[in-house]
Amino acid sequence: MFWQQLVNALWLGSVYALFALGYTLVFGVLDILNLAHGAVFMWGAFFGLLAVTKLNMPIWAALLVAMLGAGILGIVLDRVAFRPLRKRNAPQLAAIISSIGASTILVSLAQGAFGAQVSRFPFDTLPAQVFTAGPVRVTLVQVIVFAVSLVLMAALLLFMRRSRSGKAMRAVAYSGRISSLLGIDVDRIIVTTFFVSSALAGASGVFLGLAFSAISPFMGAPIELKGLAVIILGGLGNVPGAILAGFLLAATEVFGVAYVSSDFRDAIAFTVLILVLLIRPSGILGTAVERRA
Amino acid sequence: MLTQFLTDIWLVYRSVFEFALIGSALGLSIYITLRTGLLSLASAGFMSIGAYVGALLTIHLHTPLLVSVLAGALAAGVIGLLLGLPVLRLSGVYLAIATIGFGEVVRVFMLNIDNLAGRTITGGALGLNNIPRKTETWHLVLFVGLLIYLFVRIDRSRTGRAFDAIRQDHHVAASMGINVVQYRNLAFVLSALIAGAAGVFSAHLTYFVSPNEYGFNGAVRILTFAILGGYLIWLGPIVGAFILTFLPELLRFLGPYRPIVNGVVLILAIIYLPRGLVDPTFWRKVWRQRGKPPSPPPLETSSEAAP
Amino acid sequence: MTPDAPLLQLSSVTKHYGGLAALNQVSFEIARGDIMGLIGPNGAGKTTLLNVISGLAQETSGTVLFNGGDITSLPAHRIASLGIARTYQNIRLFNEMTVEQNLLLGRHTRTRSGMASSLLLLPRQRREERQLRDDTAALLQRMDMLARRDAIAGELAYGDQRRIEIIRALAADPLLLLLDEPSAGMNESETEQLGRFILDVRNQGVTILIIEHDMNLISQVCDQVVVLNFGEVISQGTPQQVQSDPLVIEAYLGQEED
Repeated sequence: MFWQQLVNALWLGSVYALFALGYTLVFGVLDILNLAHGAVFMWGAFFGLLAVTKLNMPIWAALLVAMLGAGILGIVLDRVAFRPLRKRNAPQLAAIISSIGASTILVSLAQGAFGAQVSRFPFDTLPAQVFTAGPVRVTLVQVIVFAVSLVLMAALLLFMRRSRSGKAMRAVAYSGRISSLLGIDVDRIIVTTFFVSSALAGASGVFLGLAFSAISPFMGAPIELKGLAVIILGGLGNVPGAILAGFLLAATEVFGVAYVSSDFRDAIAFTVLILVLLIRPSGILGTAVERRA
Repeated sequence: MLTQFLTDIWLVYRSVFEFALIGSALGLSIYITLRTGLLSLASAGFMSIGAYVGALLTIHLHTPLLVSVLAGALAAGVIGLLLGLPVLRLSGVYLAIATIGFGEVVRVFMLNIDNLAGRTITGGALGLNNIPRKTETWHLVLFVGLLIYLFVRIDRSRTGRAFDAIRQDHHVAASMGINVVQYRNLAFVLSALIAGAAGVFSAHLTYFVSPNEYGFNGAVRILTFAILGGYLIWLGPIVGAFILTFLPELLRFLGPYRPIVNGVVLILAIIYLPRGLVDPTFWRKVWRQRGKPPSPPPLETSSEAAP
Repeated sequence: MTPDAPLLQLSSVTKHYGGLAALNQVSFEIARGDIMGLIGPNGAGKTTLLNVISGLAQETSGTVLFNGGDITSLPAHRIASLGIARTYQNIRLFNEMTVEQNLLLGRHTRTRSGMASSLLLLPRQRREERQLRDDTAALLQRMDMLARRDAIAGELAYGDQRRIEIIRALAADPLLLLLDEPSAGMNESETEQLGRFILDVRNQGVTILIIEHDMNLISQVCDQVVVLNFGEVISQGTPQQVQSDPLVIEAYLGQEED
């Protein structure tokens, strides 16, 4: 039982981490809490689904389509909901409110376009293979989700550390004003940040859609809220923290359900969230919480 | 014949009017936090707490409505205090996140407490649906009237000035001797009390409470009232609540796309109407112009008026 | 505590931002009724010091004594209520409010009747509000700014905004007034007028700590001057003394005129 739960925690954690990575990245670079991240995640899942069902693409190509589509959606989101506020130097709360509006619009659009019912990837999208090792069962889907998530996360970390854009991103995170004095094209970095963040959300949407075999306009809300717990636990804006926290939250959930009670599965994330806020608001890897308005 | 017409209108729109009043109270509950520069999405959760506490009292102890309202408000207020005390020391983003989480905790709690307790308390996903209808229209009018009195009096006191100062620049406010954390706590608890009371009225109006009524979407709807109407003066959220409660009736043609209205209104308002429809500075300027001679009308108008 | 004890006493005040020391072992005191100048090149830590005194920033180490009490770790609002008021380098009025509303807020620590007494329509609250309005009107009258009472603060001319910000600080009846470059953006005659204004304020019994770049103004008003450079006190004395201190001259030559 323990090993089975550990396996479940690992693949689920990889999806949480992947989702929260983009969430926290936008906060780190732009100080924006983008509550439409879950809606982008949901659209990513639908982009993937449409690519498979309507364009008969193989799943790997559909994943790329989903990431591209979600990435572009992220850029549009920035243009429509955040950029006008940035130009006006609006308070941080305005951006949160705007993102809530954007989220509502994206979910309503999906609801209008796809209906409220649950869709799923065709059964033959991936072979329904199951690996067993003693009492532990792992499906091929779970293995692929886990592996590709890890690859994507590693790619992002490398991108942040090594590439010019990644370094510029970290500079903008430190101070947008200083960065533009240093000749960094801040606008381009912001677009890149939204693209990367949203593409990761799109990928995690496809993964969760595959693993749970359920895609609906409302699939973004629960992970949106769990993502909040993850980024607070990891420390707002802290990328490695979000990865670690993603796995931690998944483990807490999986083991909590297995050993305590399944009724409160969805409350676990928020209990974690509120406990962190009470005990250590800077998160597990954080140093200090600045008092900002 | 006119009376007949008015009676017909009243019969058709009475329930919308009642919902608009409840919406006004909820809008005011989020307004008081926005006015101190806080974004709280907890109003829906507080409403839910108030609704359940009030409804359970009425059902099991047959308490009069007033007692249920006070108890529901108090329950929400106490929980608001417990939630606000630690979080309000941190920056605004943390409160926004904590209140979203809080709303979910309340929802999941109401949904599952029966299983945990082993007997029926909240009725799980089905909720409570045997609540006697006790809320009358005049209760709601009186309730909103009292809230308006509350806010008018706050506006004319040092408390109201402190709220505005904190929103505009909390550092300066602090260095003028204003205890920012304490005032924000006060605003947050007031918000909880108001939402809790509104929840009790709502439960006794619709005979019904269920956990999912008060989820994140409920919080967003309430937020939209204050953002559209404006959060600089108490009239704003009331105007917002009335517009947004009556509007969907007119937008039935949008069909499944109808929820989009909240989102569009939120984005448009926050970008193009950051001070909301009811902007006291704007109206104050208009008010000041009143004594002055009107500026000469543009040529086109006068030539049109001539013949 | 003796009446001739200093009003403000800083001992070894140090403030680190990350690894950088913005203030290093700063110690000096201000006597009651004095006007103390705080000068130094840009980035010397002058505003940081004001933030530390007023509680907007927390010192890394050291102590601040005010009026005989330790205010080192008190939050800003407590420090304000003990009698320290301030202005800001970049004027921070509540721009959307009227001048009167700004002043009423300035007097926050001198009022008591809040929401509850307002709700109950207590006569005490009405009396206090009326008194408050009379007081602010009297203050504006005294400072020759009564005509501006109902103007929106953000729409005032620059010089008026500076003056109103100082008057707002005075509305608290402070024992100590912290001024952060009050003459910034003023021309010569305005600055001279400001100097007389500051002396006036002192004659009403307020002790003043003033950050200033204008040496004429410093010579005009200050009894004592402290010079900061790279977060450390490099000189202290009368305006004449510090102006002839070679260390000070060197510090100022090391940077361009701003």
